[in-house]
Amino acid sequence: MQMTSFLQDKQLTIALSGEIDHHGARSVLRMIADKIDQYMPVLCILDFKGVTFMDSSGIAIVIHTYRRMCELQGTLRLKRVPPQPMKVLLAAGMDRIISIEGREPVHEM
Amino acid sequence: MKCENQMTLEFPSKSVNEAFARSAVACFAAQLDPTLEELGDIKTAVSEAVTNCIVHGYPDSIGKITIRCRIMENQTLDIVIRDKGCGIADVAQARTPMFTTGGEERSGMGFTIMESFMHELKVTSQPGRGTTVHMKRRIMKRGGKA
Ligand SMILES: Nc1ncnc2c1ncn2[C@@H]1O[C@H](COP(=O)(O)OP(=O)(O)OP(=O)(O)O)[C@@H](O)[C@H]1O
Ligand SMILES: [Mg+2]
Repeated sequence: MQMTSFLQDKQLTIALSGEIDHHGARSVLRMIADKIDQYMPVLCILDFKGVTFMDSSGIAIVIHTYRRMCELQGTLRLKRVPPQPMKVLLAAGMDRIISIEGREPVHEM
Repeated sequence: MKCENQMTLEFPSKSVNEAFARSAVACFAAQLDPTLEELGDIKTAVSEAVTNCIVHGYPDSIGKITIRCRIMENQTLDIVIRDKGCGIADVAQARTPMFTTGGEERSGMGFTIMESFMHELKVTSQPGRGTTVHMKRRIMKRGGKA
């Protein structure tokens, strides 16, 4: 799991990539929490474009990040989510509390 | 139902083996010619069950996890994942969405995900003896391969 992030106008975008499972979850959670504490964004966007696999360990990360953004009276948004993580997010009902966007429909094979 | 092929895996409950376990099962399932979505579902369900053995079954030690995977007639993948860890006192309660004993690193959605991604899910457990998760998934036959 690798992570890059950038900040613009109090909008923090964090790009996740690789596989999100229990093995790597703790470090992902810590990296996201550190970035949020450092920049105190109004809007946090998790960009899932590079995520190749996610299980329920990712749900806990999303819930945790959502709670932290609520404390800051900010918003969390997930974007460019590929089909497999999307299915997991929907099965867990995450679309009821967070805005989730799928990946762009271009270049579908 | 007749078994057409099978494999067994045994490995210690180290979290680094999560990716190995789900990939191995997916590779074995590949002979049923599943779609990417079906493969993703199988990988996810296996990841959930194996992570549960590691996190809950053996919370303070390293124990043995076994996976038996069979291909049955009718294109059905039959997967049994077993630990000899602490077990579950109340399985019905454990299967309730959002029920967790795992703290803030867990969401209590593992069994819910296994249930929705597989066609059958059976969980048997005995406190102190371990837990067995038995799942089945039919793979749709695809006509006209390219
Ligand atoms: N192999 C196991 N051994 C012992 N207890 C288990 C096992 N599998 C599940 N449990 C119990 O069942 C509960 C529910 O499991 P489930 O996978 O649904 O959620 P979780 O693991 O707590 O969270 P998540 O899977 O969303 O990260 C666990 O919190 C744990 O108490
Ligand atoms: Mg679980």
